[in-house]
Amino acid sequence: MRSWYKILSVILILYTLVWGLLGNVPRLDILNETIRNVFYHVPIWFAMLFMMTVSLIYSLKTLGSNSLHHDSKAYDAAWIGFFFSIPGITTGSLWAKYTWGTWWTFQDPKLNGVAISILIYTAYFILRSSVEDEQKKAKISAVYNVFAFVMMNVFIMILPRLTDSLHPGNGGNPAFAKYDMDNGMRMVFYPAVIGWILFSFWLFEIKNRISILKNKLND
Amino acid sequence: MTKQLLSFLFLLISAIANAQSLEPQMADTFRQEGKIYVVITVIAMIFVALVVFLVILERKLKSFENKIKN
Repeated sequence: MRSWYKILSVILILYTLVWGLLGNVPRLDILNETIRNVFYHVPIWFAMLFMMTVSLIYSLKTLGSNSLHHDSKAYDAAWIGFFFSIPGITTGSLWAKYTWGTWWTFQDPKLNGVAISILIYTAYFILRSSVEDEQKKAKISAVYNVFAFVMMNVFIMILPRLTDSLHPGNGGNPAFAKYDMDNGMRMVFYPAVIGWILFSFWLFEIKNRISILKNKLND
Repeated sequence: MTKQLLSFLFLLISAIANAQSLEPQMADTFRQEGKIYVVITVIAMIFVALVVFLVILERKLKSFENKIKN
């Protein structure tokens, strides 16, 4: 089995769980120790974006091949991505409470963009469940998924950079340099991103294997 | 003269002490006691438990896949 990436993901995440709390971080006002959330909150979003990209790829493949297998993979990836957005948004809200002073602010385009994106993907799931015919469902939801992916990128990657945002790296020149990270933090942050992306792929694989079993039982 | 010098010295010390308290607060005492390791171990154990669950789940899946194949 291709289990090397699962082992790698567990090692990377364990390393970041331990070293993210033990390592030195820059001393900054307001943020204080919460700067460590960069190791946990941000990689969750990277995993979500990665899964939505996987979903997009399988949707495009569905359009090219009309294969129901690809459609089911697109659905599973979107499902895992959606799943990751929930801890992403709740941890972000908690972090915002203690640094920006509020659970939710409509001043920040990234927060609202994420909320809209979650609604867009909710519509994807509702759309899927409303079409009876399998082939039709595959095609319609693949087309919608391409639209959903583009809209999500407009809302969480582009718009926050055009206007002012409370999120670092937005509102102007986007770069990791703006995360106030030093090299010590990068040594934890990048492995965390890779680790969680691999972990999300593991969850996606499990979800997909269940889907395949389900389809076989239905036949 | 010595009185003036002493009072200036005290002023200086109080200024330095003030400047130190202005530094951003971090969980220094928390780490000094050393018990942060306990928390980190708890977090790691929970994560490992979840991973073990996933591995068991995968094994179950594998057996189902084999059953359907036959």
